Amino acid sequence: MTHSPIERVAFATPPAIASRARGLSDRALAWIFVTPTIALLLAINIFPLVWTIRLSLTNYRANRANAELEWVGIRNYTRILTDGDIWLSMQATAHFLIWTIVLQVAIGFALAWLINRKFKGNDLWTTIIVLPMMLSPAVVGNFWTFLYQPQIGLFNYVVSFLTGIDPSSFSMIGDVSLAPWSIVIVDTWMWTPFVMLICLAGLRSIPDYIYEAAAIDRASPWRQFWTITVPMVLPFLMLAVLFRGIENFKMFDMVTLLTGGGPGSTTELTSINLKREAFEKWRTGYSSAYAIILFVTVFGLASIYVKALNKVKQR
Amino acid sequence: MSGYSITEASPRQKWIAGLLVAAYTIVTLVPLFWIVATGFKSPSDAIAYPPKVVFEPTLEGYVNLFTTRTRMNPDQLEELGPPQTWYDRIVRQYDMVISGPSRFGERFLNSVIIGFGSTFLSIFLGTLAAYAFSRFKVPLKDDLLFFILSTRMMPPIAVAIPIFLMFRTLGLSDTHLGMILLYTAVNISLAVWLLKGFIDEIPREYEEAALIDGYSRFQAFYKVVLPQAATGIASTAIFCLIFSWNEYAFAVLLTSGTAQTAPPFIPTIIGIGKDWPAVAAGTTLFLIPVMVFTILLRKHLLRGITFGAVRK
Repeated sequence: MTHSPIERVAFATPPAIASRARGLSDRALAWIFVTPTIALLLAINIFPLVWTIRLSLTNYRANRANAELEWVGIRNYTRILTDGDIWLSMQATAHFLIWTIVLQVAIGFALAWLINRKFKGNDLWTTIIVLPMMLSPAVVGNFWTFLYQPQIGLFNYVVSFLTGIDPSSFSMIGDVSLAPWSIVIVDTWMWTPFVMLICLAGLRSIPDYIYEAAAIDRASPWRQFWTITVPMVLPFLMLAVLFRGIENFKMFDMVTLLTGGGPGSTTELTSINLKREAFEKWRTGYSSAYAIILFVTVFGLASIYVKALNKVKQR
Repeated sequence: MSGYSITEASPRQKWIAGLLVAAYTIVTLVPLFWIVATGFKSPSDAIAYPPKVVFEPTLEGYVNLFTTRTRMNPDQLEELGPPQTWYDRIVRQYDMVISGPSRFGERFLNSVIIGFGSTFLSIFLGTLAAYAFSRFKVPLKDDLLFFILSTRMMPPIAVAIPIFLMFRTLGLSDTHLGMILLYTAVNISLAVWLLKGFIDEIPREYEEAALIDGYSRFQAFYKVVLPQAATGIASTAIFCLIFSWNEYAFAVLLTSGTAQTAPPFIPTIIGIGKDWPAVAAGTTLFLIPVMVFTILLRKHLLRGITFGAVRK
């Protein structure tokens, strides 16, 4: 870009002069630019949320048109919180959340740490590694049912090849004790690259001179790892955990198609449980209360977590 | 350990790191490879045990994916004469004839319309909002930005109930427009946050120069800022498209026929006679666009995912 005299003046011009340009005022333009977005979000996120709160206080059923609304107060809420089913699905969700986060953080960080060695072809490998997270969770879940088939599936074949266990003796998605692990495996396969990318961003944000200074101080590589690498990557890692936590708390598509919540209710995560109440049993009022409880849980946990994250960042 | 540097790994370390990453990548790719391979197997090869790595490729899965077929008795088939095309021949082996196209093409087209429609709308609205947030004094700016981000925390199933009722009242359920608006609302939070990051990095001086030259604010926006933000807009568009392309929960709850996208449809293929090659063929075709995008735009991926936290 060549610098004409007028540009040189412009570069030195304080914004106050520039804002006296002709046309719409900045204030009007700001409103015109922001309003559509806010309007859309109010219509499709906030209005439904308020409506859900309203419905949660009634016994409305969406499949019975024109049915009378009857106000039931907080009865839906008390019924859910005393119902054993919700606690079972909370347990299934907690198992899923904890294991996916542990595995994805461990593997994702290790991969990022290795890729950061800048070996030959690391860009190519990084591109290929991220492919699973770009795919549709529903379609992927559907296809993994094929890989998990006891007689014909590739997964069972590989396991039996490595361990000698009879491949038809176990079914990942049909067995009560294995089903929770079947969803953990697929989720880890899909989303480890995401954690890896964020860790890689963290590792690349560490300036080299810090390590150089530490090396001059004769800090051992082990010491450098724990006093420089880990603390500097921690905010990024916590961000990755936040994103994965929120996503997996809402998890619906992949698990629905993989196990459908079964066998029994061993993999019935809260969203799957909620979908059953809302769109199979059509207990709209009851499921609205359920939805609000879940939303408050996510929002509450996320807020506490974000506070902790900000503390770590400020250190 | 003198002379050690963590910033520049030794050749031996690089070699080991490369080997480990390559091993992980190959393990990760096996399921993807298996999907593509199964699409070219015959139904009996697909369920063979032990799993077949070497097989005779056939397009049977793809033919079955795109057609509906009826079984005929051999006498009727005699009367029809010999099969005319290669796909007729594949179907005829099983005493069947093609009775019409399947619904896969339609569903795929719906995915394209809804995916691109909502991506265009999210980018259009998102760019305007991001520019305003980046350059103007918007009242309650930080609160509004946080509000926009918080809409992403809502579980889809939680808002699906009232959206279902709302769309039914407005006549938007099972329509392309309804799904485009819905996906736009979900994508817009990401679009505003990503694009604001990109626009923040464009020096304000460029616009100020344009304003001095007599451009209006709006002209400065689309003649100066937009071209500068083009790469950022492109990579944001990819993320929006990937979401709309892959979304399942809203699609399955709010569409039943006309506007149904491919993700709720592909799993139903398996209901039609456990035809794994056809499922694999549908899955492969559905994955290809996203894979191509990922590979073409790999340079922007890292920046997009980390909200521009990585600077070169």
